[in-house]
Amino acid sequence: MQLTVWTYEGPPHVGAMRIATAMKGLHYVLHAPQGDTYADLLFTMIERRSARPPVTYTTFQARDLGGDTAELFKRSAFDAYERFMPEAMIVGASCTAELIQDDPGGLAKALALPIPVIPLELPSYQKKENWGAAETFYRIVRELARSDGDRTKRDPKSCNILGPAALGFRHRDDVLEIKRLLGALGISVNVVAPLDARPSDIARLGDAAFNVVLYPEIAEPAARYLTKALGQPMTTIVPIGVGATRDFIREVAELAGVDPDPVLKDRMSRLPWYSASVDSTYLTGKRVFIFGDATHALAAARIAKQELGFDVVGLGTFSREFARPMREAATALGLEALITDDYLDVEKAIQEAQPELILGTQMERHIAKRMGLPCAVISAPVHVQDFPARHSPQMGFEGANVIFDTWVHPLMMGLEEHLLAMFRNDHEFHDSAAPSHLGHAPRAPEPEQVQQVVSEKAPVVTGWAVDAEKELNKIPFFVRGKARRNTERFAAEHGVHLITIETLYDAKAHFSR
Amino acid sequence: MNLPFRPSQNGNDRGCTDQQTLKQRGQHEVFCGLTSIVWLHRKIENAFFLVVGSRTCAHLIQSAAGVMIFAEPRFGTAIIDERDLAGLADIDDELDSVVGRLLERRPDIELLFLVGSCPSEVIKLDLKRAAQRLSKLHTPKVRVLNYSGSGIETTFTQGEDACLAALASDAQKETVDAADQLLVVGALADVVEDQFRRLFTDMGINNVTFLPAKKANVPLVIGPKTKYLLAQPFLGDTARVLEDRGAKRIAAAFPLGAEGTTAWLKAAAQSFAVSAEKFESVTSAGHRRALIAMEAHRDALQGKRIFFFPDSQLEIPLARYVSEELGMRLVEVGTPYLHRAHLSEDLARLPSGTLLSEGQDVERQLDRCRAEDPDLVVCGLGLANPLEAEGMTTKWSIELVFTPIQGYDQAGDLARLFSRPLDRRTRLGGLLCN
Repeated sequence: MQLTVWTYEGPPHVGAMRIATAMKGLHYVLHAPQGDTYADLLFTMIERRSARPPVTYTTFQARDLGGDTAELFKRSAFDAYERFMPEAMIVGASCTAELIQDDPGGLAKALALPIPVIPLELPSYQKKENWGAAETFYRIVRELARSDGDRTKRDPKSCNILGPAALGFRHRDDVLEIKRLLGALGISVNVVAPLDARPSDIARLGDAAFNVVLYPEIAEPAARYLTKALGQPMTTIVPIGVGATRDFIREVAELAGVDPDPVLKDRMSRLPWYSASVDSTYLTGKRVFIFGDATHALAAARIAKQELGFDVVGLGTFSREFARPMREAATALGLEALITDDYLDVEKAIQEAQPELILGTQMERHIAKRMGLPCAVISAPVHVQDFPARHSPQMGFEGANVIFDTWVHPLMMGLEEHLLAMFRNDHEFHDSAAPSHLGHAPRAPEPEQVQQVVSEKAPVVTGWAVDAEKELNKIPFFVRGKARRNTERFAAEHGVHLITIETLYDAKAHFSR
Repeated sequence: MNLPFRPSQNGNDRGCTDQQTLKQRGQHEVFCGLTSIVWLHRKIENAFFLVVGSRTCAHLIQSAAGVMIFAEPRFGTAIIDERDLAGLADIDDELDSVVGRLLERRPDIELLFLVGSCPSEVIKLDLKRAAQRLSKLHTPKVRVLNYSGSGIETTFTQGEDACLAALASDAQKETVDAADQLLVVGALADVVEDQFRRLFTDMGINNVTFLPAKKANVPLVIGPKTKYLLAQPFLGDTARVLEDRGAKRIAAAFPLGAEGTTAWLKAAAQSFAVSAEKFESVTSAGHRRALIAMEAHRDALQGKRIFFFPDSQLEIPLARYVSEELGMRLVEVGTPYLHRAHLSEDLARLPSGTLLSEGQDVERQLDRCRAEDPDLVVCGLGLANPLEAEGMTTKWSIELVFTPIQGYDQAGDLARLFSRPLDRRTRLGGLLCN
């Protein structure tokens, strides 16, 4: 039993819903009590979908438990078939129905519907949303993809794009971006799945020469199956960031047997020049903390280090399935990966790392807000803000442009606020004016948490002289916590009882090596 | 459906008192009782709601509440896992240790609710016994109660009913010399609670208690000297517990709009022998303000056709309000469950012949809704955008639960909740059509 106040991922049947809702002509019959219908609002409200998810819930009640919930399931499945006339159906149980063991797969089979019915086994007490999405997509592909096609007739310059789903972080825009990129390389897209694919499209996956895996969390098991059963190789590089996009272009060019050079020369992101321009000098060595799903966090670490010249001071994910690559990436950066689904652990790690920028999920955005730190959102779980009206991909060269803006703007704002703070004694400004990007509430005088951590780490036997405290306040707020911590540690280590301006600068010299 | 608008009921008209309801069994598109934790935890300070359930429960509450705005909300989920189910871990020990860690981290908690869920009900986890055990362990600092918010037993607001029933069951007995007490039952926004308290005080009713109380540690006393007035229409179980302890219900229409609020206050006033003059002098200003606040909205809503999907059990009083006070025409009034006794005053004031439906088959109800093509549809979040995309104008029903709508000074706000979607559609004109 685990105490959870907030969770990064929903249960696995929500993952299945993300596949069903992404597709067309597929219906999901879910054995579940009425409360589970809340999941519809994730799609209709957060993603602003204009149609209900194609899900029928049996909504059994306590009084049905003594009777025949199996019969209720069969009736619901049959009614759903008659009403929606899907090309294929997936059936399964949510956490509660799993306990009553009605076997939706067997019951649906007994109905002998004239369409493929795919049973899902999603262990709710063990697995989570992304796993559920991956398993569902794999089951659908396994059941529906025809393996009897003539492999010799495949156009070597054709591929499928696998992974984009409903409630995905910028999936809609990534697909467009990657399609353009593939188009420029002369590679045709046979099927995109699950997003907007029909069961009949899944059936013809085998017509393509290879598979582009955009989101390993969702598509990897299906793509591996297709490699094994249909002999389709798959991509391994996720094209987020300039370097990764270039590598991806080389990888697909090799798979398709085309020349990547024209595209590599021709297509460019503005990120490299923007990052090299002198205006970006101040980005050098910025301490950045990264947490998100594995795909986006790993990509962010590479961009942060290689393309923006940041120092990565924390790296982690809630995707336990990808703990291994995450650990490898962290080790390469001299860090220990944070693998957790408890946001309080993440908050603690952020406090300890004292970053100047947080790249995370919506939860880390809130943590950042509480700490008064700049933040950019890089990953699901999604929020209505993660479905912007404009085209806003993460992948490809345009995605790199978007990332440059999204990550750097909060920092520029931070600099702007420091300048404002320098003039805060001018009559136009006052201390309680709220920072423009940190919500509407006036900022607390000093982030509370920072001080707490400081006092925990180095018990303060020393005090601050008034002028030293004043001097400290001249340091930009986003590094002030670090300066305070270092100075106090320095003072404690050197037996200084009263921190003066001298101590502050001695400490600065000491820690700047 | 061209029912004439009738501004008031004459004495012989029994409205929908004996109206049969349409009952269809199919998919229910409603929240479970756990959802009520979203407002209960804001209402009762120093109380923590610990759901004993699955990841789905945790996901539901955070999705419904958008809880990321709270630093550390006073609710959480003890997620049952494989080890608990397989018997590898002793589920009681596990729960005790989760509660121990929680209380250690949150020393401000004085009242802990163990909230049952669908999985905990199905595996027959005895949370009552667990609550007693934990209460003993943590007394006197923390009181531990339990109730079920499971979706197999409760719909949305019934979670509040179960919670308040647990609080009522834990109440102290009246002493022999107890004074008459007015107990107002049902969570109200603090601002509304304060307004009502002022009105009762002005009428001379001073011994007024609200259930739930704002503070978790305020003792609740119930007995034969208690007269209770329901502020919410979904409190069947709570009422039963109160009656078992000798309390008597003051029957009243629910306090929505100018007329509903007057009727509700009047029932209490009469029960406490407040003179008609006194009542009039205390309430007339509020009543007048309510009418003024509703006026503009009434012009916009008069004659418009409204369809209610079942959600909170507030539908009958809301239908009474929109038809009687705003002149709207009722196409269908769906409610998850109809408590005829508690709603008799509101039912009597509905236009007779109104289509009332109880329970749900969401697909067939959507068919009816599309066929009727009403001007305004009140429905849950899962249905609102899809119906808007079909060209209908909708009002999210959940907002009617989260917004302060009761009392004179909220009558205009309540009207605005119905008029704003129509106003918006008018402003946008044909924007959505190409």
